Amino acid sequence: MTDTKRNDVILLLVVAFFALFAPIILNPFPSDGPLAQFNAGYPDLMQRFVIYGIFAIGFNILFGLTGYLSFGHAAFLGVGSYSAVWMFKLLSMNIIPAIVLGVLISGLFALVIGFISLRRSGIYFSILTLAFAQMSYNLAYSVFTPITNGETGLQILLSDPRILDAPTGTAQPVTSLFGLEMRDTFLAFEYLGRDFQFTYGYYVCAIILLISFYISMRIFRSPFGTMLRAVKTNQNRLSYTGVNTRPYTLTAFVISGMYAGLAGALLACMDPLAGAERMQWTASGEVVLMTILGGAGTLLGPVLGAGFIKYFENILSRINDNVLEAWFAFMPDGMSDFFVVIVHPFVGKGWHLTLGLMFMAVVIFLPGGLMDGAKRIIDWVSGKNRASKRGAKAPAPAE
Amino acid sequence: MDAILLQILNGLDKGSAYAMIALGLTLIFGTLGVVNFAHGALFMIGAFCAVVMNRLLKLSVETIDETKTDFLGNPLKVNTPYVEAWFGEFGTTMIGYSVPLAILLAIPVMIVIGIGMERGLIKHFYKRPHADQILVTFGLAIVAQEIIKANFGANPIPQPTPDAFRGALDVGIYLGFEANAVVYPVWRFVYFIFAAVLIGGVMIFLNYTTFGMVVRAGMADRETVGLLGIDIDKRFTAMFGLAAVVTGLAGVMYTPILSPDYHLGMDFLVLCFVVVVVGGMGSLPGAVAAGFLLGILQSFSAMNEVKAILPGIDQIIIYLVAVVILLTRPRGLLGRKGVMEE
Amino acid sequence: MSGFSMNRRGVLKSGAVLGAGLAMPTIFTSAARAYTNEPTGANVTLGFNVPQSGAYADEGADELRAYELAVEHLNGEGDGGMLNTFSSKELGGNGVNGKKVAFVTGDTQTKSDAARASAQSMIQKDGAVMITGGSSSGVAIAVQGLCQEAGVIFMAGLTHSNDTTGKDKKANGFRHFFNTEMSGAALGPILESNYGKERTAYHLTADYTWGWSQEGSMKTYTESIGWNTAAAVRTPLGAGDFSQYLTPVLNSGADTLILNHYGRDMVNSLTQAVQFGMRDKVVNGNDFVVVVPLYSRLMAQGAGDNVKGIFGSTNWHWSLQDEGSKAFVKSFGTKYGFPPSQAAHTCYCQTLLYADAAQRAGTFNPCGIVEALEGFEFDGLGNGPTLYRAEDHQCFKPVLVVKGKDNPTSQYDLLEVVDVTPTEQVMYAPDHPDFAGGDLGECNPGA
Repeated sequence: MTDTKRNDVILLLVVAFFALFAPIILNPFPSDGPLAQFNAGYPDLMQRFVIYGIFAIGFNILFGLTGYLSFGHAAFLGVGSYSAVWMFKLLSMNIIPAIVLGVLISGLFALVIGFISLRRSGIYFSILTLAFAQMSYNLAYSVFTPITNGETGLQILLSDPRILDAPTGTAQPVTSLFGLEMRDTFLAFEYLGRDFQFTYGYYVCAIILLISFYISMRIFRSPFGTMLRAVKTNQNRLSYTGVNTRPYTLTAFVISGMYAGLAGALLACMDPLAGAERMQWTASGEVVLMTILGGAGTLLGPVLGAGFIKYFENILSRINDNVLEAWFAFMPDGMSDFFVVIVHPFVGKGWHLTLGLMFMAVVIFLPGGLMDGAKRIIDWVSGKNRASKRGAKAPAPAE
Repeated sequence: MDAILLQILNGLDKGSAYAMIALGLTLIFGTLGVVNFAHGALFMIGAFCAVVMNRLLKLSVETIDETKTDFLGNPLKVNTPYVEAWFGEFGTTMIGYSVPLAILLAIPVMIVIGIGMERGLIKHFYKRPHADQILVTFGLAIVAQEIIKANFGANPIPQPTPDAFRGALDVGIYLGFEANAVVYPVWRFVYFIFAAVLIGGVMIFLNYTTFGMVVRAGMADRETVGLLGIDIDKRFTAMFGLAAVVTGLAGVMYTPILSPDYHLGMDFLVLCFVVVVVGGMGSLPGAVAAGFLLGILQSFSAMNEVKAILPGIDQIIIYLVAVVILLTRPRGLLGRKGVMEE
Repeated sequence: MSGFSMNRRGVLKSGAVLGAGLAMPTIFTSAARAYTNEPTGANVTLGFNVPQSGAYADEGADELRAYELAVEHLNGEGDGGMLNTFSSKELGGNGVNGKKVAFVTGDTQTKSDAARASAQSMIQKDGAVMITGGSSSGVAIAVQGLCQEAGVIFMAGLTHSNDTTGKDKKANGFRHFFNTEMSGAALGPILESNYGKERTAYHLTADYTWGWSQEGSMKTYTESIGWNTAAAVRTPLGAGDFSQYLTPVLNSGADTLILNHYGRDMVNSLTQAVQFGMRDKVVNGNDFVVVVPLYSRLMAQGAGDNVKGIFGSTNWHWSLQDEGSKAFVKSFGTKYGFPPSQAAHTCYCQTLLYADAAQRAGTFNPCGIVEALEGFEFDGLGNGPTLYRAEDHQCFKPVLVVKGKDNPTSQYDLLEVVDVTPTEQVMYAPDHPDFAGGDLGECNPGA
């Protein structure tokens, strides 16, 4: 037990280190060099890493622990965003009420949907959650436009009432935490040709991520977490022993819905816009993929998965032929053209192709997701593998 | 009354598509237990078989017409398809029939893709968690659609309705309605009949042949069938091929109704999972029945009279019905116990 | 750390090496720049944010081609295209304000979130001073809002909703493309002269903001010429099969079907309407007709023969014979082998207009650009004399009414221009009720 505790502290410290120094760690390449494309250390993307990380952590509390695969979690993300933006429109540009309301409303929403959906298990549960999320999406896009502003998405306008800090002047209001503006860069410096930017927004997200991660860790280690694992292992046996599992699964569902709402509210805090497509099934599918890709049921996996998908989405899609030509410019003419032609289908507008191939590669070669890969690397480095080569077993599949 | 009849026809037509796709999916998902997110891609690939057939028939010899100019003012290049150059009028007709002809292309292509998919990839995932199956088949679906996009672009590509089936048929007069009250496109009747034949064929095949019997036995208890010395793996591979063909053909014949584009598969993916689950896991008749049920309800929900009472109902009807059915019937319409309930 | 020991001497030595190799970090404060991403080097970076995946990927690809062409022309490569016909002669093919034009690209995925993420990275990472592109109004409005907050200029690509320069207008955002109000105003008289005053229209409308906007404008203008509206039915976006919405049309007594659809919805609903034999019908003594208010040549290709004889409006078409259009088609066609789409045209124009404004203002400061573009009148960009109205940052220019061509000579030759509606006829007051409720605010230079 103490061993687990020590490991958890180390894990938390590692996550804290990476979260706090991300603006530096994610900028390894000089900003005018050919590899600058691969830098991810700019505020918007780092915020997305962290926010989707929170989303995936929450999803993992449900899926990783209980095995219930929700295919409608994006609905809670969307509800969180809408609530937060409404808070900005009606009350104040301070992010605290927005986050609180986002978490509460999505928690309530999750309670209702969870209460109904959890009457079924397995695939029937998945389809129920999917159906609820798709209904939310379709209605938000069309009939609920007065509340959601439909296709355009809910935005902050100069004409909003905002009871606490009524608009002054004609400048677009910005989200803030007691005066610290989220988009404000408090420190920016250039060092060895690398540009580093530190914004308040990112650090707010990072700190919330650490808290979320810590809570999730506590849940994993608590008796409640053990009970959830028991549900996953054999729900029937648990029922036969007289345990009513519904309250446990429902609690897990609501908690993970609140995580999603928190992520949604944070998205709105960093960038005050809430669009309906945040609730589409593809968005629900994305968090499923993030969690599985990273390693379902592991603490850190979902965060890695979220980072992986968001990184490829934002970096690969922006590599165009000009960039490719710059990369291969050092080669002789014919050869550089050849390489441009070879790489071209996988980047820019073909970024989905690479992502699809990555999914397949990860699941084929790393049965436990990215965490499995990380574990293998650590084992290999620390030499554990050599010692236990014979007895080595594939990690237990996370279902 | 005529409006209701028309909506029933619409529903049957939509239902035909849903039922065929769901039938294919339920063979893979409901019975082999593989969560196949690449199923929509099979439908899409089938549809692109029609596009390829059309392109093949349109392979052209290029001549230059000096009397006309193109948009840059250069002499206009005129393309004459080889089949037209060789067969004249008959060649033109052949191009018009590219969709039914594409069935000939789609059957072998879909068999190869289906079997290749099972042998090369899915086989290794039977024992893996469903989560892994989702990830790998979703990856496969993305790869398939990106390959199509890279080769055919992102815009829909129109496919011709064969001449003989063009236009609309006034069915109302046969049923005692006034002329022009119930007019319905001929091709949609063709699609419905095609679906009926295909679905019926698959059902008969699985119910009345030894092969079908063994497969059904294998679905119920794979191990026991294996112990009886029957090579069930081979038959499951064949099933996968069959599922791919059914889905692919549904796609081929749908192209005159819906111009195919690379995203077609993803658009149908969620829907066909809903249909299969509403029908009940592991039940072929359930999938077909759910397909038609959802098709018809979807059509009725679009009627102005219905929308006037419940605005936006047509946006969510499929999901609403799914929720109601799953809450009232725990295993969908005709689901078997114990399939994918954990 | 166990196998890794170091003595004092070693530490000192490596410290010295490090010290010599490392310079002191330069710390910026926000006051260091006059405006967001003020270019300091020899280049100025523009951000081309277009859909590269999703339903509008082909349109996005065409936009990107136009942008690359525009950058070539601005930097003095190629044949100069519309720079030669543009009425403002400030740009000399040597970049803008003495800086070479560079660009970065991104994928909007036709989703507001993804589009904003992509635009953010252009602003925060690549130092773009202007973002442009997009193929839907939702994305345009989302990115426009972002650019306003960040303090860069947004030059909208293809966006047809009234809201972009109506209730969601922003000081930093500009639109060259036309809108649903203009489509309606241009189509009304043409429909009257071709189809008469006695008609009953049935609308099928994509159920989202653009669709409603289009439906509203078409209703206003068809009803003003005396047409009745039988019904206006909303269809879910991406419905695919529209049969359940089409069959009620047949028995509704309507003799005109107005399809307020765009993209794939338009392709599918039009194709299916033709299959239902609608165009062969005679209702109330009138031939049944279909109208598609917003045409796009790229999408018309997807509907094939079904577009023949169908009226609609478009921002620009490659068959126009003015000098600007000819120069653009020649330049684009020579480079890529096919004629440009209206999306390509509007994107090319927007790039040139931005560059010219920056040159005239002598700065890339958004406030300078806004001042230079507001009320700017120009010609030679393919649409005839055009005004960038100061009140709402909308371009006012003649609108094309087009018809599906009966005998196309090539796969690109699908539409023929039947009328060029003069600017006065499509002009509306800035406080028009369909555009009310917004506020430009003031230009935001960021920083």
